Amino acid sequence: MNGDPKLERIAKGNALALCATGTWTASFAPALERMVADAEKLAGSRPNIFIDVSEVSKLDTFGAWLIERLRRSLTQGTAEAQIAGLSANYSSLVDEVRRVKATPVIETGAITITGMLEQIGRAVAGLSGTVTDLVDMLGAVLAASGRVLIRPRSFRLTSTVHHLEQVCWRAVPIIVLITFLIGCIIAQQGIFHFRRFGADIFVVDMLGVLVLREIGVLLVAIMIAGRSGSAYTAELGSMKMREEIDALRTMGFDPIEVLVLPRMLALVLALPILAFLGAMAALYGGGLVAWLYGGVDPEAFLLRLRDAISIDHFIVGIVKAPVMAAVIGIVACVEGLAVQGSAESLGQHTTSSVVKGIFFVIVMDGVFAIFFASIGM
Amino acid sequence: MAPEIQDPIIRVRDITVQFGSTRVLDGLNLDVKRGEILGFVGPSGAGKSVLTRTIIGLVSKVAGRIEVFGVDLDSSNTSQRRGVERRWGVLFQQGALFSSLTVRQNIQFPMREYLKVSQRLMDEITMAKLAMVGLKPEVAERFPSELSGGMIKRVALARALALDPELVFLDEPTSGLDPIGAGDFDELVRTLQRTLGLTVFMVTHDLDSLYTACDRIAVLGNGKIIAAGSIADMQASQHPWLRQYFHGKRARAVMS
Ligand SMILES: Nc1ncnc2c1ncn2[C@@H]1O[C@H](COP(=O)(O)OP(=O)(O)OP(=O)(O)O)[C@@H](O)[C@H]1O
Ligand SMILES: [Mg+2]
Repeated sequence: MNGDPKLERIAKGNALALCATGTWTASFAPALERMVADAEKLAGSRPNIFIDVSEVSKLDTFGAWLIERLRRSLTQGTAEAQIAGLSANYSSLVDEVRRVKATPVIETGAITITGMLEQIGRAVAGLSGTVTDLVDMLGAVLAASGRVLIRPRSFRLTSTVHHLEQVCWRAVPIIVLITFLIGCIIAQQGIFHFRRFGADIFVVDMLGVLVLREIGVLLVAIMIAGRSGSAYTAELGSMKMREEIDALRTMGFDPIEVLVLPRMLALVLALPILAFLGAMAALYGGGLVAWLYGGVDPEAFLLRLRDAISIDHFIVGIVKAPVMAAVIGIVACVEGLAVQGSAESLGQHTTSSVVKGIFFVIVMDGVFAIFFASIGM
Repeated sequence: MAPEIQDPIIRVRDITVQFGSTRVLDGLNLDVKRGEILGFVGPSGAGKSVLTRTIIGLVSKVAGRIEVFGVDLDSSNTSQRRGVERRWGVLFQQGALFSSLTVRQNIQFPMREYLKVSQRLMDEITMAKLAMVGLKPEVAERFPSELSGGMIKRVALARALALDPELVFLDEPTSGLDPIGAGDFDELVRTLQRTLGLTVFMVTHDLDSLYTACDRIAVLGNGKIIAAGSIADMQASQHPWLRQYFHGKRARAVMS
């Protein structure tokens, strides 16, 4: 009963019968398509063409559509091809596909040079938009903070503490581990190269200044952009996708106040703490390597460190932390709220949250460097 | 093929499903016969979706056996499983369309995987499926986020029917459709059952669907099937929930 499908031609005078037999179903679709394409060439060969489907043992949408496709291409001018021998079972299916209009041609966007140039142009033009969005968000966050200051009861303490736990407390192990290792590496490299000049001890100066002023905060900020910035974007983005943010709005809540402010505040508090811990871990790691590898005993290390650095170095480092946190938070929230309906868009915005976050952190660091140099700190 | 007709297409025996300590299904038995449209009802939260997901194999069970097309999905190998999956279609309660693909790509997704057919045929079949579920051809190039709730349901149905399956699981297919659309939908399910010999496992709260589309009705309560039979059996039942369901204000409105 489940024979392979066939389409036989039987000519009688000026009539042509195409007899379809076997199973006309999706599993045989490639073979069916070939047969139908062959038979389509018969269009116009005879004034009377009919397609006999009485011997078809099984028919599904694929088969029914191919028969309908054949009927349409055999219909030319006044000679209309007929479908004959349709059993009652299948007639409603064939009727169903008969109602389908000829398919519109679907154009697929091919990749062209002009298209690529256009994309580059749009991306460049979009840059100014990025900056405006960030400033917008900064304004909205400041306005929300103002409202919270006026009505302290609307401040979301639970949410802030929750996010503080996520971005600060849970980040401590990985931040400490990585900065510790970086401290070790800086010290090792320093000793290795300074030893040639007999200047081993200067590694302490280098380590202290580098870690406190730059590496500590910059490295931690980059790690936090990857760790928490991406999390913020993904959270806000998926809430946007499921209309949760619209729901908040209709209930009279300000999403900035409810969602963005606690996250921003948590980040602004967390980054200085993490930067401090990171700097300490890096100094500890550097000290350890200086002792074990460079033979600088801890007492000498601490004495030298006291001479080499001043409180200024520490302040320069730690002052940058909250600003960088704000930049990371704002970028992450802007990207999160820009997510459109699809999973792909969520992925794109999460990626660009991290990329832009790191980029702006480095830009800010440069701006700070110029500033501190000009005030002589 | 003859003996298979007698066999149930889905055979569920003594399955128990629990989440943590809450037992949702408790020793449930159910047969779905080939070619029938089974309406599945029960109060919200009774476990209808959980049962559907258990049969499909998305929720793991604590005890019991499930056979679909005579294949026990627990002891089957990958190729047997894929063979079964090729023969069923699933419409999830929330639609579950792929959000980063267009409607056309969503419907063609299973075709690409299982059939080796030309792009032209896939496009044409996609249009046919869209027309069948009552959508305009323009919808094909839209993304799921650009569709209304009812349109999502229809596209999800078109995707479930993409491979012309023998068995479809529909989780509340008519919720979110306008009454005319829901009526057309019931009509469509009937047509497909007649023409393709489709077996339908339909979870629904829609009394109209139960009256017009379903051959048999099963009722879930307390983790078990509390009643199964024709609509007349249901109406005659003395079970308090069934009495309320089929003789309540809404039921009277539908019947009158
Ligand atoms: N993943 C899960 N974890 C814990 N509990 C669950 C899970 N999925 C479902 N449940 C519980 O199982 C019960 C049955 O849920 P189910 O979704 O099957 O209800 P339903 O009968 O489909 O209801 P409705 O008609 O509203 O769709 C509910 O009490 C639900 O809370
Ligand atoms: Mg459900």
